[in-house]
Parts: sequence; structure tokens; C-alpha cells
Amino acid sequence: MWDDLSVGTEGPALSDKPLTVTDFVRYQGASGDMNPIHHDTAFAQKAGFPQPFAVGMLQAGVLATWATDWLGAANVRRFKVQWREQAWPGDVLTYSGVVAAKREEDGQRLVDLEMTVTRQTGGTHLRGWATFVVPD
Amino acid sequence: MDRLIEGNRGKPFRVVVEEGKVREFARAVKSSNPAYMDGPQATSPPTFLASSTFWQRPENSPWGETRLNWHRILHGEQEFVFHGPPPAAGTELTAEARIHRVYEKEGKRGGTMTFVETVTEFRDSSGEMVAEARSTIIETGQAPQ
Repeated sequence: MWDDLSVGTEGPALSDKPLTVTDFVRYQGASGDMNPIHHDTAFAQKAGFPQPFAVGMLQAGVLATWATDWLGAANVRRFKVQWREQAWPGDVLTYSGVVAAKREEDGQRLVDLEMTVTRQTGGTHLRGWATFVVPD
Repeated sequence: MDRLIEGNRGKPFRVVVEEGKVREFARAVKSSNPAYMDGPQATSPPTFLASSTFWQRPENSPWGETRLNWHRILHGEQEFVFHGPPPAAGTELTAEARIHRVYEKEGKRGGTMTFVETVTEFRDSSGEMVAEARSTIIETGQAPQ
């Protein structure tokens, strides 16, 4: 695995199905975050939004799904996301990432990733960074 | 927002990484990775520990009496650090949350923005830190566009 990864190596990009409010509700139920702004249209409009918008932590979680499918669930040591533009129901999001660095620390082989979640408009929904150990 | 909340700590609370919650969470983040579904040995997904904040009691929160205007709150950043593999199903952890930093920036459209960085530490039964969750929320001067 270590020899297959170089700075610039891309993971296999994932184009997800269009986001649905059902996706948001399922995530909210699983996580315990019941903020109505993600599923209650009247509430969202009262707060100044045209409709409910995506739960940021859902897409962060799907990005983590994508990254751990590539480099292994037990190998992740750091995972960070920063949100940019909102994502909305119907958005088709693409999850992708690239090896930004390879290094050895305390006898462990590590790779750092830079990741993005992009909307069908080309806009960036979130940026991500992760560190994985690469077992021998 | 009151900057004096910086340094506030919540009362430590117990977090059990439950097998069924791990599976439910993994499915919700669109995973079919067997590592998350593997019964008692299942690994928890990287963002799983974020859910612990929604199950804590008021005294576990470092926010104290601070009331947030949720119409003006954005989740800016979220980070998880693991000092080994992410905790497996069945692991019992003790979590403690604190307000790490409060600072302001001038926004382009939303007036003054207040950033609040919260850190939650997760320790195992021997007191060893196994994970940290760092969250930055932003309170905007007006409803975000």
C-alpha cells in the first residue's frame, strides 16, 4: 500500500445520489441532532432560508466514509472538515481527495490527504484534511 | 456572545460506543464498510463521536447559561484526532468538553462574526486520551446568506 501512494495520488472519486431530506432526517436521527432547520420547511423559511438545507455533519460523515473505504477504517488518526457553501436537497455532490504528504513519525508511516466535496454547480461545499497510518 | 465563557468546562460524562448506534450511524453516512458493521469488534466511524454532544445533559455542556441565537449559528469547522484506532464498539469513554477559544472577525456580509472553538476530550478507563473532537461554530451578525 505504502509504495502505491505518492504525493498527488488521487482516491477514486465518488459521485453520490442527489441529496434528499430523508438523508438529513436519517442522519439527524442517528446522531441526535434534531435541529428543525434541516427538515422543517416552515421553520427554515422563518429563519430566512428558502427551504431546509443539508446537515453539514452528514456530508462530513460521507466524506469520512469515502476516505476510510480507500485507506481503512482502523487507520484514520485525524479527520477535519471546514464548511463553505450550503448544500441543498437535490444537490449531486462529488467526494474526492488526493495524497498531500507522506511522512514517518514515531515509527509509523503516515499519509496526509486533502479532500473536497463539490456541488454540481462547481461550488465547494466543504474542504477536508485527514491523516491515516499505512500499516506494513 | 460573552467572551468570558472561554475556559468554561462541562462536567465529565460517560460515552458508551454502542454497537447498534455505530451501525445506525454508519448507515446514515452511507457506508457499507464491514469494519463498521462487524458486530462486537466494529470500529466507530471518524465522525461518530460528534453525536455524543447531543446526548449530554445540561451540566455536561461548557456553555453554562449562555443562550445561542440558533438562527445565526453556522458550523464552521469540525476536527477529530485519534491517538490510535478510533474506539471500537463496546468501549466506555469519559468525555469532558471545554470552551477552548472565543474570538471575533469582521465578516464581508454578516457584520461581526464570533468564533467559538469547543474541545471535547475522550478518555478510556485508565485515563488515557483516545480521541479529541474540536468544533468551531460561528455566530453571524445577521442571518447567513
